[in-house]
Amino acid sequence: MRRGWFLPIAATLGFSFLYAPIISMVVFSFNENRLVTVWSGFSTKWYGELFNDPQMLGAAWLSLQIAAISATIALVLGTLAAVALVRFRSFRGRTLFSGMVSAPMVMPDVITGLSMLLLFVAMESLLGWPAGRGMLTIVIAHSTFAMAYICVVVQSRLADFDRSVEEAAMDLGASPLRTFFDITLPIIAPALVSGWLLGFTLSLDDLVIASFVSGPGSSTLPMVIFSKVKLGVSPDVNALATIIVAIVATGVLIATLIQLRSKPKRARP
Amino acid sequence: MAKKPLIAADTRPWRDPSATPFVRIRNITKKFGDVAAVHDVSLDIFKSELFCLLGGSGSGKSTLLRMLAGFETPTSGTIEIDGQDMTHVAPYNRPVNMMFQSYALFPHMNVEQNIAYGLKRDGLPKPEIADRVAELLTLVKLQDYGARKPHQLSGGQRQRVALARALAKRPKLLLLDEPLGALDKKLREETQFELVKIQETLGVTFIVVTHDQEEAMSLATRIGVMNQGEIAMIGEPTDIYEFPNSKFVAGFIGSVNMVEGVVTEDEPGHVRLRSAEMGCDIYVGHGVECAPDQILSWAIRPEKVMLSRDKPDAPFDANVTKGVVEDIGYLGDMSVYQVLLDSGKRLRVTQTNTVRGNPDAITWDEPVYVTWNDTSGSVLTV
Repeated sequence: MRRGWFLPIAATLGFSFLYAPIISMVVFSFNENRLVTVWSGFSTKWYGELFNDPQMLGAAWLSLQIAAISATIALVLGTLAAVALVRFRSFRGRTLFSGMVSAPMVMPDVITGLSMLLLFVAMESLLGWPAGRGMLTIVIAHSTFAMAYICVVVQSRLADFDRSVEEAAMDLGASPLRTFFDITLPIIAPALVSGWLLGFTLSLDDLVIASFVSGPGSSTLPMVIFSKVKLGVSPDVNALATIIVAIVATGVLIATLIQLRSKPKRARP
Repeated sequence: MAKKPLIAADTRPWRDPSATPFVRIRNITKKFGDVAAVHDVSLDIFKSELFCLLGGSGSGKSTLLRMLAGFETPTSGTIEIDGQDMTHVAPYNRPVNMMFQSYALFPHMNVEQNIAYGLKRDGLPKPEIADRVAELLTLVKLQDYGARKPHQLSGGQRQRVALARALAKRPKLLLLDEPLGALDKKLREETQFELVKIQETLGVTFIVVTHDQEEAMSLATRIGVMNQGEIAMIGEPTDIYEFPNSKFVAGFIGSVNMVEGVVTEDEPGHVRLRSAEMGCDIYVGHGVECAPDQILSWAIRPEKVMLSRDKPDAPFDANVTKGVVEDIGYLGDMSVYQVLLDSGKRLRVTQTNTVRGNPDAITWDEPVYVTWNDTSGSVLTV
């Protein structure tokens, strides 16, 4: 087994396993035929059709809003939980708290969704809030489970962070709060960005929990796509998916470029 | 490199019983759970001193320093700085700055911003901050590095930035935690010199924590040797080396030959010990508080022992014994001899190599006489 040919073949197989489905989807989004699997010629008509579909566009906009809001809420809560877990090494119920923070990660979505639904129904009848199910309930549900993931990401960044840097700031006259905003926050910023993006993706991705806690008139994009696919895959879904892939790819590309730019340039005198 | 005394009374206030200490530590104890990291330490430090806290790991020296900075609260006892009780004052309200062992530079700020951080917290006007930063950069010879980020600097440069940042607020007291620990040997020696120079120029009181005895000896005006959370001895470097007060201090600083002996003569002017380990009597030329037949320890530094081929005079019929050279370590400037005494005890003796390539030097397996002056050793009761 020589490395000369093994590595390229393994890489080709691996990458085609990962990306062949996506590539075929992108190719078929430009298919002229109404039948998804039969190629009959190049056309961009499904893109045009997509932009004239108010249901699809509305769902996409709703999903983006939900993802942004819930990722932001989850970021704040997750960071606070991570700071508590890393900075305060021993407080009553720390083990319980740490277990409960990460529990939503291992909980099946069906159960999370169902329990959320039951909670919202009970709250509505007892407190009158949240009134009905819609965007608000989806945001709350997504924030809670995204928080668990963000907490883990931020926690690991905080854990390998030299505490004496914060002490140095306090030593120079900064109050603990000031230290957090001047020193801690900038240093953990990369973890916060990736945490937020993770929360955003998780929310954009979610079908199961959203199906439980959404109400009439508040279908997210995955819900709309899923209901459409149930009636047979239509080529405009391919077009939509291709657009999403393009946006994500651009985002990843920009993030990588920014990272490369800010990489330490090791200049030694 | 240690501070050059100008006028004894000026530079050695600890010798003046009426002098007011600048830092007054009174009966400080710090417990972590049931373990006392620092136990009942009392210490006076005077203005413009360069005081070294010397000890092994776990001796409590860093905990003591962190209590001075305000990062740890003492379990009991008080800390007074410049006449004010600081025991429970938060670190950001103390007139004290610290230089951290890891330097703890802010990685997302450049050198200038790092140095200016404390000044900004004080709300100084911008032009004044700029002036002060420039002044400090000159002081630590980093004028051209103001715009660099910490990761673009070498270890020695980072150390100097950390020093400049700690000095920026013109603290009354500067705490340094292993300031030279992360530097290589050559750089450390140069930096030691710089550190003393800066300290002398600014007149700031320095408290340095170190585990490196050479560093402590060459930097300090006084050294506090710590052992297991307690101060074992406080004194000037020469006191600590030449007149240790206990077996621990004698063994911790430098190398030493230590033997036990029984008091046979106890006069006000001298003491005679009979030591089976040395195979001879030990005559000590000064009075010691002891009783006849008491078993004492006696310690002598390797460089204070002399070797000779011919039998030397023994004025008190003591302080001469015999042995065989078992091993020689040639270090260039001096040689370390390991002499096996007839009693079976091994002695460490150092001799300065004053003659170049001396063909007549004492060599392996040679029988030798070992002798020392009656004032060279220390009698240690504890």
